[in-house]
Amino acid sequence: NVVPTAVKINLINMLSETGLQVIEATSFVSPKWVPQMADHTEVMQGINKLPGVSYPVLTPNLKGFQAAVAAGAKEVSIFGAASELFTKKNINCSIEESLERFDEVMTAARAASIPVRGYVSCVLGCPYEGKISAAKVAEVSKKMYSMGCYEISLGDTIGIGTPGSMKEMLTAVMKEVPVGALAVHCHDTYGQALANILVALQMGVSVVDASVAGLGGCPYAQGASGNVATEDLVYMLNGLGIHTGVDLQKLMDTGTFICNALNRRTNSKVSQASCRL
Amino acid sequence: QESEASGLPEYIKIVEVGPRDGLQNEKVIVPTDIKIELINRLSRTGLPAIEVTSFVSSKWVPQMADHKEVMRGIERHPGVQYPVLTPNLQGFHSAIAAGATEVSVFGAASESFSKMNINCSIEESIEKFEEVAKSARNMNIPVRGYVSCALGCPYEGNVIPAKVAEVSKRLYSMGCYEISLGDTIGVGTPGSMKRMLEAVMKEIPLSALAVHCHDTYGQALANILTAIQMGVAVVDSSVAGLGGCPYAKGATGNVATEDVIYMLNGLGINTGVNLYTVMEAGNFICTALNKKTNSKVAQASFNTGTIN
Repeated sequence: NVVPTAVKINLINMLSETGLQVIEATSFVSPKWVPQMADHTEVMQGINKLPGVSYPVLTPNLKGFQAAVAAGAKEVSIFGAASELFTKKNINCSIEESLERFDEVMTAARAASIPVRGYVSCVLGCPYEGKISAAKVAEVSKKMYSMGCYEISLGDTIGIGTPGSMKEMLTAVMKEVPVGALAVHCHDTYGQALANILVALQMGVSVVDASVAGLGGCPYAQGASGNVATEDLVYMLNGLGIHTGVDLQKLMDTGTFICNALNRRTNSKVSQASCRL
Repeated sequence: QESEASGLPEYIKIVEVGPRDGLQNEKVIVPTDIKIELINRLSRTGLPAIEVTSFVSSKWVPQMADHKEVMRGIERHPGVQYPVLTPNLQGFHSAIAAGATEVSVFGAASESFSKMNINCSIEESIEKFEEVAKSARNMNIPVRGYVSCALGCPYEGNVIPAKVAEVSKRLYSMGCYEISLGDTIGVGTPGSMKRMLEAVMKEIPLSALAVHCHDTYGQALANILTAIQMGVAVVDSSVAGLGGCPYAKGATGNVATEDVIYMLNGLGINTGVNLYTVMEAGNFICTALNKKTNSKVAQASFNTGTIN
């Protein structure tokens, strides 16, 4: 179901109040492909932008980049993949071709002093190819970092990874990209996300992607979960004495808001446990 | 070996608590034949230990009223242990008469929890368990000790690691061969797990320790990972994540065996357990209970139609 623009804006505004420093706001992709993000310009222009908070947006190509900047975006993201088949199915070109498209965005971004975050999908497995070699992930990450991405977010797109494969993959990537420029984007489809994130933290990664209330299912396994819940992540980091600057209660309240608006249950266990019915 | 190089145990023993801890915390009373079928299916998965039932008064725990029939009705596979809970000497004798060859006793690291749960102090409960342990020793029956509230208590809140170590030591000294440390309300995190284990490991040899993590706050696998990184090689779990949390309505309880095995397989750690057959057993009991599985691996696998 397409979420009304006002709800999206309210969600982002509430997230801005939690202490989160980065909130991925929308995607400047054609509404033909992603109807949910058709209101990207209105969202970008409608949100309160708190000082000290970044609101990156996805820009799959130069056209999207230009629309994003025109709408007021100050940071953009590009999405690569470590799997040829995934790239073909997802954006209908090869990895190499996708990087050439991104190069155009990089050039324009550099000229406009806009930071670019790079995502690598399928780092621990691909829904089409199955196993993905750590060396391939390292190769794509290196290319994107060399192109000028300030940070590379390594995505376990189908949540299939375990602490074993996470460790192996990060070991390979850390040979090519400094750990300070790495982030992990774990999916909880097989319940492995927090364990995988823990391993990444133990290896020195200090940027973690998560989604409030665990929003976002898995398009490759119907009914299965996708993103790891920000509440559950923050709960773990709090328990480890790691500072995030995020207020867990405000985060839970935000999760409650969006779940009510979407008429769905939260995927956050912390939220479920904390709500005494 | 991948697991050797990483400092993790090569083999981890999984103790399956679904038929007892799991079913005890499910609202629906499960017919005896379903319980027996579940246990028989679990016996064929390679699981080395399956907690079968509890010899407690049916007044307190109606779900376990059929303990004798279950104990007598299950297949006993060679190489598989079938421990049962025995809260006191009476329960112990009843268990032995019904054919039990291993028993468990449940202590707690919190006075309030002990009082609310079994209506006596920690010290009084230890005295009862000592009676059980003594009889068990005479009959060569191994006893497993549980310590509840190891990472937090629903009444007292914070629980100090030293208290967990103290209670663990009492249980170990009376002859329990293994101490299972339970995060009863799932509030623990890798931080508190580490601190607690460090304290307990000063008193109990590592090889005698197990962790029993609840996934109420989604922390179970991360907590288990922390424990096995510290050398713990016995992990309790429940097929399909059976067993909610009696202290947080609607919240989950036990960690799902399927999800634990998935993680251990990915780490190259041997468990001897066939993940697919556990998922099938989970599917069986969830169908019988008319409920959705709490295992994410099962959810993901049955929906794609493939098992990874």
